[in-house]
This record gives sequence, C-alpha cells and structure tokens, in this order.
Amino acid sequence: MRRLLALAAALLALSSCDRFVGNDGPVRDVTGLVKDLRFTMTDENGRVVHAQDFRGAPVLVYFGYIHCPDVCPTTLAHLSEAAKQAAPGRLRIAFVTVDPARDTTPQLAEYVHAFGPRVKGLRPGEEELADLARRYRVSYSAARPDAHGEYEVMHSSGVFGFDAEGHARLLILPGATTRDIESAMRRLAQASA
Amino acid sequence: MPQALRDGLAFLLPWEFSPLAFVLCVGGVVAYAVGLSRMAPEGRPSRWRSAACLIGFGLVWFVTQTRFDYYAQHMFFLHRVAHLVLHHLGAFLIALSNPVAVLARGLPRALTGRVLAPLWRRPAMQLAVRLVQNVWVAPVIFVGLIYFWLTPAIHFVAMLSPDVYWVMNWSMFLDGLLFWALVLDPRGPPTAWAGFGARIWMLILAMPPQIVLGAYISLSGVELFDVYGLCGRAWDMSAATDQTIGGLVTWIPAAMMHVIGALIVISRWMHADRGRPAPRAPLLVPGAGD
Repeated sequence: MRRLLALAAALLALSSCDRFVGNDGPVRDVTGLVKDLRFTMTDENGRVVHAQDFRGAPVLVYFGYIHCPDVCPTTLAHLSEAAKQAAPGRLRIAFVTVDPARDTTPQLAEYVHAFGPRVKGLRPGEEELADLARRYRVSYSAARPDAHGEYEVMHSSGVFGFDAEGHARLLILPGATTRDIESAMRRLAQASA
Repeated sequence: MPQALRDGLAFLLPWEFSPLAFVLCVGGVVAYAVGLSRMAPEGRPSRWRSAACLIGFGLVWFVTQTRFDYYAQHMFFLHRVAHLVLHHLGAFLIALSNPVAVLARGLPRALTGRVLAPLWRRPAMQLAVRLVQNVWVAPVIFVGLIYFWLTPAIHFVAMLSPDVYWVMNWSMFLDGLLFWALVLDPRGPPTAWAGFGARIWMLILAMPPQIVLGAYISLSGVELFDVYGLCGRAWDMSAATDQTIGGLVTWIPAAMMHVIGALIVISRWMHADRGRPAPRAPLLVPGAGD
C-alpha cells in the first residue's frame, strides 16, 4: 500500500504544476520519493554521529571520495560558494565518503576543512555504506587497483537536499550552476523555516 | 575460504531482501516440488516442463534478489536485462510449464481451498481477469507497461525511489505472467480464453512497438535516462554505450521471444486441427487438483 501511494505521489508530482521545484531543470523535486535522512557514521573528528544530529537545519548530502580527481572537489567548492552567497542560516553540507577503506578520518578532516566550516565529513562502515546505497540508490563500487595501487571509485554525482526535519526535498544535478544551487538552498531554507 | 568463493556467495545474498520475492520464488519452487511428489508418476508433467518452471523462478530470483539487482539499479542495460527476465523470459518459462495444476497440489489445502479458490470464484475477480485477459486489452497492457516505465520522467522516479522501483519490477512480472499464460495456454478453444489465431495476432501486434522503442533508445544519440549518471554507474561505461546496449536488449531478444511464442502457438494449433488433444493439458483453475 505504501508503495502504491509512493507511485501515486510520484505521478501526481509529475503532473502537478504546483511543485516545489521543476522536474526537468538542473534541480529536481524528490519530496516523497527519496527516503528520509537516516544513518549512523563517524564524522571527520572520529565521533559517532546520527542523522538526528542534523535535524533543525537543512542539509545537503553529497557522496564522493577524497581521491576523486575532479568532480568531487568542484562540486564541494560550488556548494560551499553558493552557501556563502545564499547565506541560508545554518545550512550544512555533508560529504559522505564512499571509499572508507582508503579515506581515513584525519584525511577526511583535512579535506573537508578546505571547503569551509559548513562542510562536515562523514565516514560510513561497510554495512552502513551498503545501506546508504540501498536507501539513496548511490553507487560505491571500487574498481580494481592499478599497478600503483590506485583505483577510481564510481560514485553518485547528485546532491540530495534534506529539510530541517530530515525529509528529502530536492536533488541537484551535475549541470546546476552556482545560481541554481543558491536558489535551491533558499527554497530549502524556506521549506525548513 | 578463498576470496573468489566468498565474493561469489556475497553476490548471491539478497541485496535488498523482498518478502514478496521470497514467497513467490522460494514458495513457488517448494510448492511445485511438493505438488510433483504428490502426483502419480504418469500424471506428472514432463521433465522439460518442470525444468522450465524451476528455471523461470530461479531467473526471477536472480535478477530481483541477488547483487545483480544492485548492478541493475546502476546500469541501464542491466536494468533492461532484468525486465527482459521479469516480463519476457522468466514469466514465459513459468507460463510455458503451465504449473497451476502442480502448484495447486503442492500448496497447503487451507490456502487453496479456503483462500485462493473462493477468491478466484468471486464475480469481481472473474470480471477483472476477463478484462485484463481480453485479447485486445492484454497486448495493450503488455506494451503499455514497457512504454510507461521507460518514459524518462517516470523512469527517473522509479530508479530513485525504492518503493516505486518495487512497484515497477513486480508489475512487470505480474503482467508477464498474465500475458504469457494467455498466449501459451495449452488448451485450445473453446476452453481457452483466446483462440489460436487471436494469440498469434496478439504476439505479432505487440512486437513492432517494442522494436520501435528499442531502436529509438539505441539509436537516439541523446541521453534519455540521466538518472544512471546521477546515481553513479556500477562501473566506468559511457552513458551512450549503456543506452545503446539497453536499447538493443529492449529490441532484439524481446522480439525474439514473441517469435518463439508464435511458433509454439502455431505448433499447438496444428496439433489441435489434426484432432489430437494438445500435449497433456491440465486445467488452469486453482484448486482443480483437489
């Protein structure tokens, strides 16, 4: 029943004109589609954190990894820059590493601090990572290491936006400009107010 | 334990456990085995029919319950393979084995006698089944569902929402079972719901829309399903290659299943015309074995 309701909600959202955000642009409405924020991970200081700790302010969640050559740092820089411009109060950005085997806690701390105080680093355990992949449909498979022990990790390129209650509201696509992200952040802040 | 064996076992563990898949596939196989053991040897279906049924259930389990499902969520062409199994191959094999008589003997009597048979006899149920199994309606639903779930905006939602994904996969399997059971019914008219000629028409009419859709996806040159890039592909394959292969899977093997189906129907038609009964044909009514 819950599943049929989800389908009905999805179809309604597709047909409705009164949407949270558009469904063909670089930022899409995922209200009711993507599951609420729920996890238990360790942060960049090695402390155990839960999704509940992020309640009370909107949070953008991005899945990537530290050794990611270009996409991850660019995305984080865009998010952090947009957050500065849009200045939506206590909005936070959570960077979840999908390569916890290689990304250690100290590396994670060093990495996220480079993107400013809003950005939190999160490191899931093996089971938690699989659970996140099931909940948010993100990929995390690591390729085989090359001769130098290097490997590329496949990861999601979207950024999930959750409101202050932890409900998923929007998904930012890779094509989004800083201005798109700013407007998405404002929407998210309004929805959380 | 060697690493390769451990990886293999991990692959076979349910990626996202579904009670429905467990009831359908494991329950179906167990009920089938119990049903066979309760039948007199001369009344049992042939070995190839039993094998078709078990392979059908096994394939459906494989694409929905193993790590394959993770890959199907992240590669468009593997998603198309999963739907080929759910909607065509798996459902086709189960329908071809015509397992209802065996299953009815294998299921607990309380379930067949008190739940399934009364449910089946309900006028509303009869009407609903008659409607979806109408020779004009069935192929429209069959093709319509493929188009529906491959509409880019709807596909986006289905691949992002675990609940909608569940509805998508099981609606495909249910519709596949209904369609192929109608087409591969071993009985001829007047007991069967569709005449042999009508079944061949259904198969032929449902083929071109799938070919057109598969060819369009394969050859369009535009990224139609951006959700895979968004969620991350399972390995490093370009979106264009993924979509091209996915379109081919939608196009060629699906059309081939229709040709194979039509050949089976033609052969049965010829048998029936020669006045011989179609190869051993148990009744298709649940509880008929009681």
